[in-house]
Amino acid sequence: MSEMQLLTWARGTGLDLAISIFVLGVLLRLFEIYSLGRKKDLSEPRTVSGASGMNTVFRRSLPPPGMLKNSPITYIGGYIFHIGLAIIVFLFAPHIKLFQDLVGISWPGLPSQLVDFATVLTIVAMLIVLADRIMKPVKRYLSTFQDWFTWALTFLPVLTGWMAVHHLLLPYTTMLALHILTVELLLVCLPFTKLFHAFTVFGSRWFSGAVNGHKGVAV
Amino acid sequence: MAGLARHGVSRRSFLKFCTTLASAMALPPAAGMAMAEAMAAARRPSVIWLPFQECTGCTESITRSHAPTLESLIFNVISLDYQETLMAAAGHQAEEALHNAIKDNFGKYLLIIDGSIPLGVDGAYSCIAGKSNLDTLKEVAKGAAAIVAMGSCAAYGGIPKANPNPTGAVSVSDIIKDKPIVNIPGCPPIPVVMTGVLAHFLTFGSLPELDKLGRPKAFYGETIHDRCYRRAFYDQGKFAKTFDDEGARNGWCLFELGCKGPVTYNACATTKWNGGTSWPVESGHGCLGCSEPDFWDAGSFYKALSMPASPLKTVAAAAAVGAAAGAAVSFANRSKKGAAKAAHETTTLPDLEK
Repeated sequence: MSEMQLLTWARGTGLDLAISIFVLGVLLRLFEIYSLGRKKDLSEPRTVSGASGMNTVFRRSLPPPGMLKNSPITYIGGYIFHIGLAIIVFLFAPHIKLFQDLVGISWPGLPSQLVDFATVLTIVAMLIVLADRIMKPVKRYLSTFQDWFTWALTFLPVLTGWMAVHHLLLPYTTMLALHILTVELLLVCLPFTKLFHAFTVFGSRWFSGAVNGHKGVAV
Repeated sequence: MAGLARHGVSRRSFLKFCTTLASAMALPPAAGMAMAEAMAAARRPSVIWLPFQECTGCTESITRSHAPTLESLIFNVISLDYQETLMAAAGHQAEEALHNAIKDNFGKYLLIIDGSIPLGVDGAYSCIAGKSNLDTLKEVAKGAAAIVAMGSCAAYGGIPKANPNPTGAVSVSDIIKDKPIVNIPGCPPIPVVMTGVLAHFLTFGSLPELDKLGRPKAFYGETIHDRCYRRAFYDQGKFAKTFDDEGARNGWCLFELGCKGPVTYNACATTKWNGGTSWPVESGHGCLGCSEPDFWDAGSFYKALSMPASPLKTVAAAAAVGAAAGAAVSFANRSKKGAAKAAHETTTLPDLEK
C-alpha cells in the first residue's frame, strides 16, 4: 500500500467507519444515560433549581477558593489544553472545511500561525499535565489504565497534525494519513471512555446544581 | 561544440542550458561547466524510447521543452535511436532501428519508457510489432545501462492502473528488478526534469540521487504547497471558495477547491511550464497531484484534502442502530427498575415488633 493509498483509505473507508462507530456510540450512550432518570423528589423545592443548575455549569469551570494555589498545574494546564484543543479543532481552516462537508455549516478560521502557536501550547500543557500525573504520588495512585490511554488518544492527533504541518520525521502524506488515523482512533474510543465527558459534562453539572438547589444548597 | 554550432546552437546558449540544468538540480556551479564538457565531448549515447500503454502526452511535453533550442540540443547530444512518434521510420524499418540500437550499444544505452505495461490477457491489450509490451520491455531492458520511467504511467501504472484497472496495468519497476530505474512521474512530467536526468547521466555516468519512490530528489524533494506562491494566503486563512469568486480573482489559496499541492512532490511551482509562462495553480486551478502514485483514485480533484475522499455510506445506518440500541438499553433498564420496585417488600410496624 502506497502512502497515497493509505491516506485515501484514511480519508475514505476509515473515516466512514470511524464516524459510524462514533455516532452509534454517542447515541447509544446518550440514550442510556439520560433515560436512566431519577426518582421524583417529592419534597418542596427550597430554591429555583433550574437557575442553580445553570450556575453550577459555569461555576464548576472555575477553581474553588484556594484550589488554584493548591494545584496550579491541574487547573492552568487543564485550561490551556482544553482551550487549545478547541482552537485547533474548530478554528483551523482545513478542519472547518471538514465540518462544512459533514454538517453543512462553516465559520471563519484563524491564520495558521496562530493555530500553530495554540498547538505548541497545547502540546506543552498536555506534557506537563502528564508529568504531573506521573510525579504526584496521589495522582499516580488514582490513575487507571483509562487515564493514560485517553491522554494518549487525545495527544496523538495533536502531535501528528503538528508534525505533518512542519514536515517532521515522515513525509507529509504519511504523517497526514497517521494524523487522520489517530483522529479516527479517538472518534472510535470517545463514546466508550471517560472522553465522553465532552458530551455529558454540562448535563451532569446542571443536574448536580439542580438537585442541590432543590435541597436548598444553591451553588 | 562544432557539431552543435552547425545546428545553430551557440556556445553561449549551450553553456546557459547546462548551467540552468545544474542549478535546477541543485548542483554546484562548476557542475554546469562539467555538464557542458561531458555532453559536448561524449560520443552521443544511444537512447531507446519505448511507448507502451500511454497517450503520447509525455512526448508532447518533451517537445515543448523551454530550455534554449532544446529539441535540437537533445537530438544532438543523445542519439535517439527509437522513438515512434518522432522517428521518420515506420514498420519494419523502425523495428530494424530498434534491434540495431540494442545490438550496437548493448549494456550501454539508456532506455526510456512511457506508458504502463498491461498484464491482462497475456499482455494482449498493447502490442508493438506483434509482441506484447511485457515481452518487449524484458527484451530491451536486458541491454540497458539504466531505465527512465517517464510519466506517471511508466512510474506507477498511472491512469491505466486506475480502479478497476481493466488491463492489469503495472509500472516498469513492477517488472524490472535488476536495473537502475529512475521515475520521472507527472501527467505529463516537466521537460526540464527529463533533460536534467539525462544531463546528469551523461556527465556523471550515474543517475541522480533518488527518493523512496525512485524520483530525483532535486525535482521531487518538496511539495507543491511548500513552494507555491499562493502559500501566504493559505497561512492567512484566505481561500477561494469557488472558481470565480472574489478570492479566486484575488489569487487566494485553492486548498478548499481541492488543490492536492500539500501531498504532491514536484517542481511545477518553481520551474513552471511552457517556458516559465505559468503553471496550473497560477492559471487558477488546484494541483491534481499527478506526480503521486494512484492520484486518479485519491478522491475527487475538487474536494479539499481534509474532506472525506468518498461519501460516508454507513453513518446513517449506524445512527439508526445506535438510537435503536440506546432505546433497547433504556427499556431494559426501566424494566429492571420496575422489577426491583415490584419485588420490594415493605416493612410494617408489626414486622419490627416480632
